[in-house]
Amino acid sequence: MSRIGAVFATPQHKALIAYVTVGYPSIEATLQVVPALVEGGCDMIELGIPFSDPLSDGTTIQRASLGALQQGVTPKLCIEVAHKLHQMVDVPLILMSYFNPLLHYGLEAFCAASSEGGVDGLIIPDLPPEEGVELERLTERYQLDLIYLITPTSTEERLRLVAARSRGFIYAVSLRGITGARETLPADLESFLARVRDITSQPLCVGFGIATPEQARRVVNIADGVIIGSRIIEIVETSQQPASAAQAFIEQIRNAISPH
Amino acid sequence: MADKILAPLPDGLGHFGKFGGRFAPETLMSALEDLEKSYREAQRDAVFQQRLAELLRDFVGRPTPLYFAAKLTKYCDGARIYLKREDLAHTGAHKINNTVGQGLLAERMGKTRVVAETGAGQHGVATATVCAMLGQECVVYMGEEDIQRQSLNVFRMRLLGAEVRPVSSGSRTLKDAINEAIRDWVTNVDSTHYLLGSVVGPHPYPMMVRNFQSVIGMEARQQTIEATGRLPDYAIACVGGGSNAMGLFHPLANDHEVQLIGVEAAGLGLDTGKHGASLAAGSIGVLHGTKSYILQDEAGQIRQTHSISAGLDYPGVGPEHSYYKESGRASYVAVTDDEALEGFQLLSRQEGIIPALEPAHAIYYAATLARQLSKDHTILVNLSGRGDKDMHIVVEALRVQL
Repeated sequence: MSRIGAVFATPQHKALIAYVTVGYPSIEATLQVVPALVEGGCDMIELGIPFSDPLSDGTTIQRASLGALQQGVTPKLCIEVAHKLHQMVDVPLILMSYFNPLLHYGLEAFCAASSEGGVDGLIIPDLPPEEGVELERLTERYQLDLIYLITPTSTEERLRLVAARSRGFIYAVSLRGITGARETLPADLESFLARVRDITSQPLCVGFGIATPEQARRVVNIADGVIIGSRIIEIVETSQQPASAAQAFIEQIRNAISPH
Repeated sequence: MADKILAPLPDGLGHFGKFGGRFAPETLMSALEDLEKSYREAQRDAVFQQRLAELLRDFVGRPTPLYFAAKLTKYCDGARIYLKREDLAHTGAHKINNTVGQGLLAERMGKTRVVAETGAGQHGVATATVCAMLGQECVVYMGEEDIQRQSLNVFRMRLLGAEVRPVSSGSRTLKDAINEAIRDWVTNVDSTHYLLGSVVGPHPYPMMVRNFQSVIGMEARQQTIEATGRLPDYAIACVGGGSNAMGLFHPLANDHEVQLIGVEAAGLGLDTGKHGASLAAGSIGVLHGTKSYILQDEAGQIRQTHSISAGLDYPGVGPEHSYYKESGRASYVAVTDDEALEGFQLLSRQEGIIPALEPAHAIYYAATLARQLSKDHTILVNLSGRGDKDMHIVVEALRVQL
C-alpha cells in the first residue's frame, strides 16, 4: 500500500488535505505554513506548482499562482521545497500541476525527481485518463500515485473510467465550476457522492469550494476526506501570523470531521 | 510521394499525429463528448446541412468572390495574385462561417446561452451577430488590452445585444479571454455552449472549426480552377490560432502541387521575443486543452506575446497546423509588424481594398514571393478580413513612423 493509501487504512478516520501554492507569498512562508498545517491535523499536503494559465482555478489561486511566479518559483524549485518538507513532516506530499510544466520538464525526469524528493502523488487537473496513459506508466514506475478527478458532470461511464484508473484516492470535485471558497455547496452534493460510492470502494476526497467546518462535516458524512485550498491561502495572505492562523483554522476543521 | 493521400484526421481521440487531443478538466469531458456526438449527428443531418447552407448564402453572403489582383500583380511584376474575399462576408471576416455553424449546433443541443472569447473582436462580433439572429444569450470575454485596441468592435458587440466582459488577468489579451471563457463554461456547462473561434482547444473544436471554415478552401479551389484552368501554385494565409488558414488549406491538403504557406506574426522581430509565432519560434506543449506548438519559457510557463494585430496575438496554434509543419505539408513563415503595415498600405493603394492587419501579414508575404516568381505562377491569398477595425491602430503606428 502506498503512503497515501495508508492514510485511509484506519476505519472511521477522515482525511484532511490542505492545498498551498508553493512559494506564495514566499518560499519561507510555505516552509513555515505546511508544518503548522500538519500540526493542526492535516493528513496530507497538496503542493501547488504555479502556472501562468490556471484555468480550473478561481481568483484566489490565480492570485497565488501569479504571486509565486513573480517570486521566480519553478517546477524544479517546487520539487526542492517538497524535498525539504519531506524531511520536516511525516505526511504524504502530493504535487498539483497543470500538465504543461510537467511536459516541458520531461515527464520521466519529473517523476524521477519527485519520487526522489519524497513526493507521494500527483494531481493534474487538465489531464483526463484518456491522455494520461504515459504518465500512469511513469508514475507507477516511480511509485507515485496519479490521482484523477471526477465531477458532478461525469457520466456513469466516466465515473467507472476514473475509478479504475485513479491511484491513492479519487478527487471528487464538489461542484460545477472552478476552485474558490463558497458560501454554500451545491444541493446535489450528496446524491453525486452517493452515485460515486455505488460505483467504487476507492477512497474519495472532496475538494473545491469548501471553506468552513460545517461544509467539511457535511462532506465527510459520505466521503473519506476533504480538501481545502483557497480558504487557507486567504488566511495566509491576510494574517500577521500566517502559520499559527492556518494551524488554528485547520484545528477547527479537524475537530469538526473526526478526532486526530 | 506527390500522390500520397493524407489519412483522415483527427483520430477518434482528436489526435493529429502526436498533436491535438483533449487535455481538459473533467468537468468539461462529458460536455466535449456530447458536443462531438451532436456535431457528428448534425454532419449527417440533411435538414441541418440545408439550413447551414441557406444561412451561409443568405445571411453571410457566400460564396465570397475570388478576385484577381491585377494591379498588385503588375506592381510586383511576377506571379499572378488572387484574393479570396472573406473580407466581404457578413461582419467583415471569415469568423462568421464558424459562428453560424456552431450557433446552429448550440440550438440543436438545446443550449440557450453562448460564451465566446475574442481577440481582435471579429470572432466576438460574429458570435454576437449569430446569437442575435438565433435569439441566444451571448457573453463575450475580451482582454482589457484588446478592449483598448478594438473599442469599435466592443461597441458593435454591445449593439448586437451581447455582454462584453473585460478580462484583467494575465496578459489581458486573447489567451486570458480563452481562460475566462473556459472558466465560465466549467461553471455553467449545463446551459451553455462555448463557441470557440479558432482551430484550437480540446477535441472536437480543432476538427469542427476546421470543417466549418473549409467552405473557404472548397470555394477557392473551384474558383481558382475556373479562373485559371488549374490549381494555384501557392495558397497563403495568416496564422494566429489558424482558422482561416486551416479553412483554406484543408480542402487543398491532398493537392500536392499546391504549396501551403502559413504566415505568423513576427511582431517586433523573432529575436526580440515579442511576437506571436508559435510554429516558427515555439516548442511543443499543451495550452487550452490541446497539444501543439506553443510559446513558453524554460519552466513551461506560457509566454506573453506581441503583435500589432490582436487576432495573431496568441501563444498557441491549432494542432493540425503543428501536424502540417511536422509532416512538411505546409510551411510557416513570420512577418513583422512593420512589414504587415507595409502590406496593409500596399493592398489599399494598389487595389482599393483595405485589409485587416491579420491578412496584411499574408499580403506582405505574398507580394514578396510574387516578385521572385515568373508570370506563369499563381498565388492564392486568403484575405480573411477587412481593415475598418484597425484604423486607429494604423493611424497611431504610422504617425510614430512618419
